[in-house]
Amino acid sequence: MSATLAPPSTGGAPSGSGAPGAGGRVRAALGHALRSREIAVAVVLVLVVAAATARNDSFLLSGDGWRDLLLTPSILLLLAAGQMLVIVTRSVDLSVGSTMALTAYLTGRLFIDQPGLPIPVVVLAGVAMGALLGVVNGVLVAYAGVPALVITLGTMYVYRGAMLSWAGSDRITADQMPKDFLSLGTSSLVGIPVLTILALLVVAAVGYYLHTARSGRELYAIGSDPDAARLYGLKVPTRVLTAFVLCGALAGLAGVLHAARYGSVSSSVGNGIELQAVGAAVIGGVAIFGGSGTVWGAAIGAVLLVTINRALPILGIPEFWQRAVVGALILGAVVLDRLLAARRARRLDEERED
Amino acid sequence: MSASTPTRGTAPVGLSKGEARTYASYARPAWQRWLLTRETAVILLLAVVFVWATSSVPNFDGPLTLYYLFLDLMPILLIALPMTLVIITGEIDLSVASTVVLTSAVTGLLTVDAGWGFGQAALVAIAVGALCGLFNGFLVGYVGLPSLAVTIGTLALYRGIAVGLLGTEAKTGFPEEWTDRVKERIGETSYPQVLVVFGVLAVVFVLLLHFSGFGRGVYEIGLNDEAARFSGVDVARTKLLLFVLAGAVSGLAGVYYTLRYDLARGDAANGLELQVIAAVLLGGVSIFGGRGALHGVVAGVLLIGVISSAMRLQGETENVTTIVIGLLLIASVVTPSLLSWVSGRLPAGVKGASARSRRT
Repeated sequence: MSATLAPPSTGGAPSGSGAPGAGGRVRAALGHALRSREIAVAVVLVLVVAAATARNDSFLLSGDGWRDLLLTPSILLLLAAGQMLVIVTRSVDLSVGSTMALTAYLTGRLFIDQPGLPIPVVVLAGVAMGALLGVVNGVLVAYAGVPALVITLGTMYVYRGAMLSWAGSDRITADQMPKDFLSLGTSSLVGIPVLTILALLVVAAVGYYLHTARSGRELYAIGSDPDAARLYGLKVPTRVLTAFVLCGALAGLAGVLHAARYGSVSSSVGNGIELQAVGAAVIGGVAIFGGSGTVWGAAIGAVLLVTINRALPILGIPEFWQRAVVGALILGAVVLDRLLAARRARRLDEERED
Repeated sequence: MSASTPTRGTAPVGLSKGEARTYASYARPAWQRWLLTRETAVILLLAVVFVWATSSVPNFDGPLTLYYLFLDLMPILLIALPMTLVIITGEIDLSVASTVVLTSAVTGLLTVDAGWGFGQAALVAIAVGALCGLFNGFLVGYVGLPSLAVTIGTLALYRGIAVGLLGTEAKTGFPEEWTDRVKERIGETSYPQVLVVFGVLAVVFVLLLHFSGFGRGVYEIGLNDEAARFSGVDVARTKLLLFVLAGAVSGLAGVYYTLRYDLARGDAANGLELQVIAAVLLGGVSIFGGRGALHGVVAGVLLIGVISSAMRLQGETENVTTIVIGLLLIASVVTPSLLSWVSGRLPAGVKGASARSRRT
């Protein structure tokens, strides 16, 4: 994967990337946009929404339709953004679903046991709890040198078991949580649900961090070649730990928002959502072996995943086939990546021979 | 980068000192090579837990405990066999549980709805399982796609097809002669007859992995697939075959599942894939590939079974068992690193002895 990032040849590149003229720049930008995975997925998303709206215009145009379109993906959006941070460093975090369940239950518990607690404190407590669980993952992966898949598979069981023993047969319901908190899950600001705004802000912050911050760029370097990153002097364990802590914190936030959005916390919160988050990142063009991809891609992938689920019944496909379509989508994305990479490699080879 | 090299497993950040990817040191005496291994540790742990459970857990030595233990564990036991080989090549198959559900659905549709004989339906189901594996194996072996991504996709796809075929319906009412056959015991013992099927398959897989040229190829691929190719191993074909085996055995497990519960439904076997992988890793197979043995894996599966069964008899909830198994999995992989970190701080004299623990 790293080999495809080789610098373009200097001699007579037909792509026009070397030409500083305005026309060349526009063409280069257009070519870049056409090759961009984010835009491709966004186009598919727009097509899905357009097709569903054409069939039944309440999918987009009614108040509820518009709200659901924006609101439903917000939780997976947060998880996909966190997962993407970890995948970029060539790891994976399977424990996000269990982390989310724990923080969702913590949120409900805090409201019941400490009725006077202000809402922001509860939200922060959830995020902090998620981050703490992320620290456990991160320390084990980064310092014990054990593959993330095994560690997070283990902590997935431990966290889920902890949540189940803590909750017992309890089920937290809407009337046990304050109205203001629940309205966070349903209220809107200028027509856009608050949860969506929150999720988009988080995605923007993560994107900005990955794009500009030195430590953010180092995550990519670690993912494309851990050995080279270490030889270059990067603090690999610290950075990997950072990625896991951020991923855990985002999963914690997702848990809090889940409690607000659905108004109830049962023991099955977040069951199996970890693979959906990985799937969203893969659809969005995040390479599963690290080093490439953007958080925008993962975010659009998450929105597409959720939206397709809602659009299929409207398009006349029975809802039972949703999962099969999602699977086909993930496979399609992986195959497409390979085809594009092969084409790029061939072009670089041809340029070298010229 | 050529089309087939980037398929390394979720390569970890800590794997760069070059110590993990070698054969066992043949400089050591044979008895040490045989006894000081992860597999021995798991078997010992299994023995200790078993003895503890028999002596101090009430009813553990009763006639029903082992019987139900094996009945419950059977899908994991079966699928762990091919999964071991897949993981030793450095790949992973997350789609096995979905294959179980799909083949169970096929069995249900053919027997209950279409009125086929169960035997024929079961054969078709196993063939469907093999086909699922063929698709995975083609994409991983010949197209060169990462197995983690591919099988996350087919995890959704195969279960999606099963749910699509069944809808919310559940098929039940399978022929009684077959559902009874699954539950019969061997003579007067407390072992169910299906153990014989597992025994035969286990022997086949042990011969395949540990006593054949094909099996050496499997280890070669896990250690270094490029070197394996140069030494004449057909990497793509080997991987294809392993995924087909995983699919076919999952198909068999699907048939078993259907009979055991007299039920085919879309939400069966949820999370089974991760249970299988946890058991295989607990049994000493390295997620990087190139290391592991089937006796360790079988002991790993049994260890999980005995722990959950004993804890259930002691009145602990499922949740505590889940925590214990998760902790065990983490401990089993962290211990070697911890030992080598400790040995790095010991005076030189002790180092020789503990350096061996760096392997794994």
